[in-house]
Amino acid sequence: MRIGLFVPCYVDAFEPEVGIATLELLERFGLDVHYPYDQTCCGQPMTNTGCHQEAAATEALFVKNFSGFDYVVAPSGSCVHQVREHLTAIPQTDAVRKVRETTFELVEFLHDVLKVEALPWARFPHKVAYHANCNALRGIDHARPSELNLPYFSKPLNLLKKVAGVELVNLARPDECCGFGGAFSVFEPAVSAKMGYDKVADQKRAGADYVVSADSSCLMHQKGCAERLGLPLKYIHIAQVLNGAAA
Amino acid sequence: MSAEELHPREREGVVNPAVRAATDESERGQDGRRLDHAEGSSKPIKAPPVREPQPRGAKIRGDRPIDQAEAAERFLAAPLHAAAHDERLWDLRKKRDAAAFGIPEWEELRELASQIKTHTLSHLDLYLEQFEAAAKANGVHVHWARDGAEHNRIVLGILRDHGARTIVKSKSMLTEECGFRHFMAGEGIEIIETDLGERIQQLDDEEPSHIVAPAVHKTRLDVAEVFARTLGTDPDNDDAHYLAESQRETTRPHILAADAGMTGCNFAIAETGTVVTCTNEGNADLSGNVPKLQIHSIGIEKLIPRIEHLGVFIRLLSRSALGSPITQYTSHFRKPRTGSEMHYVLVDNGRAARLGMEEFWTSLKCIRCGACMNTCPVYRRSGGLSYGATYAGPIGLIIDPTFNKRKYSTLPFSSTMNGSCTNVCPVKINIHEQIFAWRKVLAEEHQIPLLKQGMMKAAGAVLARPAAYRAAIGAADSALKVLPRFAVYNPLNTWGKKREMPDAPRQSFHAWYKENRMKDGSK
Repeated sequence: MRIGLFVPCYVDAFEPEVGIATLELLERFGLDVHYPYDQTCCGQPMTNTGCHQEAAATEALFVKNFSGFDYVVAPSGSCVHQVREHLTAIPQTDAVRKVRETTFELVEFLHDVLKVEALPWARFPHKVAYHANCNALRGIDHARPSELNLPYFSKPLNLLKKVAGVELVNLARPDECCGFGGAFSVFEPAVSAKMGYDKVADQKRAGADYVVSADSSCLMHQKGCAERLGLPLKYIHIAQVLNGAAA
Repeated sequence: MSAEELHPREREGVVNPAVRAATDESERGQDGRRLDHAEGSSKPIKAPPVREPQPRGAKIRGDRPIDQAEAAERFLAAPLHAAAHDERLWDLRKKRDAAAFGIPEWEELRELASQIKTHTLSHLDLYLEQFEAAAKANGVHVHWARDGAEHNRIVLGILRDHGARTIVKSKSMLTEECGFRHFMAGEGIEIIETDLGERIQQLDDEEPSHIVAPAVHKTRLDVAEVFARTLGTDPDNDDAHYLAESQRETTRPHILAADAGMTGCNFAIAETGTVVTCTNEGNADLSGNVPKLQIHSIGIEKLIPRIEHLGVFIRLLSRSALGSPITQYTSHFRKPRTGSEMHYVLVDNGRAARLGMEEFWTSLKCIRCGACMNTCPVYRRSGGLSYGATYAGPIGLIIDPTFNKRKYSTLPFSSTMNGSCTNVCPVKINIHEQIFAWRKVLAEEHQIPLLKQGMMKAAGAVLARPAAYRAAIGAADSALKVLPRFAVYNPLNTWGKKREMPDAPRQSFHAWYKENRMKDGSK
């Protein structure tokens, strides 16, 4: 199976370990993983600000880079949500549609496509609060959101439960947004930071040592908030935990 | 600010020390049992002992775009108000969940309600005519108003015909849209709001901050202050029952003496010509039933075809709003009482135009339950007045720009688009997707700041060219220098004011890959 690895700009620049873990994890399953070297971004920063035309050239580049793979996999719910739902500033050719349909977020790819049953190399003996990124949760159906009266399921927790030693703790507000919101974090800084402070305080009260999420951008925001408040919480991407990070 | 200051409650081992103990006598009814009706069952939060001035709403400067972020920041600068507001509304969200999860067919009900609204709105002309005919047959006078100004003139005309000078009215978002109170004040007509929260807001000369709970941004001490100033009550007594009773005592004489009564409308039933109101205080009944002249203002989107459809919405409305199975009063107004006169004013005020907007027409399905506000993490931390508009919160973000695109051009950006609003909406309006769609409309029409659009244009140019992108963030140790700017496209470091900056990585993934995986020239 030929996989195109998409490493979002935040991961590329700030959390290279997340990209490395994603690559190694996919290779553990015997996949043929390629990293298109000229990749940049999915176009989300522009699109989420309403500037679709400004995103068109970036979207075209994305499709050019990621055509020809069986699947495109990225360790980010929000970027995959962008590609799947909002990569619409360019004409929807067969190539564009193919890329959009075959782009998967790492957790759902492991859970739904590979149907991973065991992660024998992974051990993470810590109290873990899982942070459900909003785009992954409500945009690409990672789990049953707390608002809906539907049968419970959670793909990321199913995977984390396969990691030896993980002890999950429950948040009082299990899937409240952490306030990152992309450009929102900059243009509405007071509310964004307050949401972040409340989120990390909830994690602390729940007794977590580590916060695990499938999105680096939320983690970066939360980590910044926790450090500002002096809370001893550690933040790590689910790709690293599933790949056997010792922490 | 330290974690202790932000969350002093942690020390005491409870979520919020302001929460009254369940043994608090003021929370008990005459039979000694704890009050457990709709609003009474919400977690009571005692106003803090320290007086903290109530933060006020957004600054209004004509048609200039509302600075919601600025008003929200001021709201958060009043931590006691901010904490009480967030707790109170989150409590409503939790009660909503409990009520919704108590009904196995909840999601089907939402779907059904949504479909009934789709059907009604796509045959609105027919149902409006049917409603009008049924109402006239019942002896009701029916008026049509193109906009808020016409609504106000029509009501004034009815009042003048009867020589009426005082109105008691129940809460109505439609009349807020119309600027009804301000208009009538200029005409020398006295209006008394009979809903407790709305009365508080009227006495404080402030707009409602929430569709269902108009004064939810105020603490009990704020209310005590307003009532002391306007009704002459004890400024130091913030007991909820004392305050509510004071309002009741001072409002009753107005109800008994008023020349006219007015209500809004929750549902208008086409087949019977009935107006249905849902309240927890019975104030719509008093407003509608006591004076000899009664007027009901109705937004044209409130129609439902038949009485059998009402049950679907009644089951959803109060569960979504407050987590109670039903409002205390669900009142049907159909015919004038003997010796009295009854008027309907059907108001468009932009609704017909909205119905023609392909991406936004489903916002007309809204039944004004406020669930999207209660769940919205941004609304809960901003206060409803920060939006500077009739409708705050998620539903406001997608409705307000239809009233004034320039003034409310900033509002669709006051959201993280997390989507919780869409999931709680009882009529399944895709609120967060409409927020996204509004951003596109506003950017295309250049209703977003030039600076922002310029940044996006620059970002788009860099991100479309790998070499330029690599030059911007490629070198390992320069990523941090560039990235806050790159990531946030903002010359000011707003990120670092409130949060710690991320650590500089040793090298980017790109550089790692080149070093570790491309030595042999493969891939």
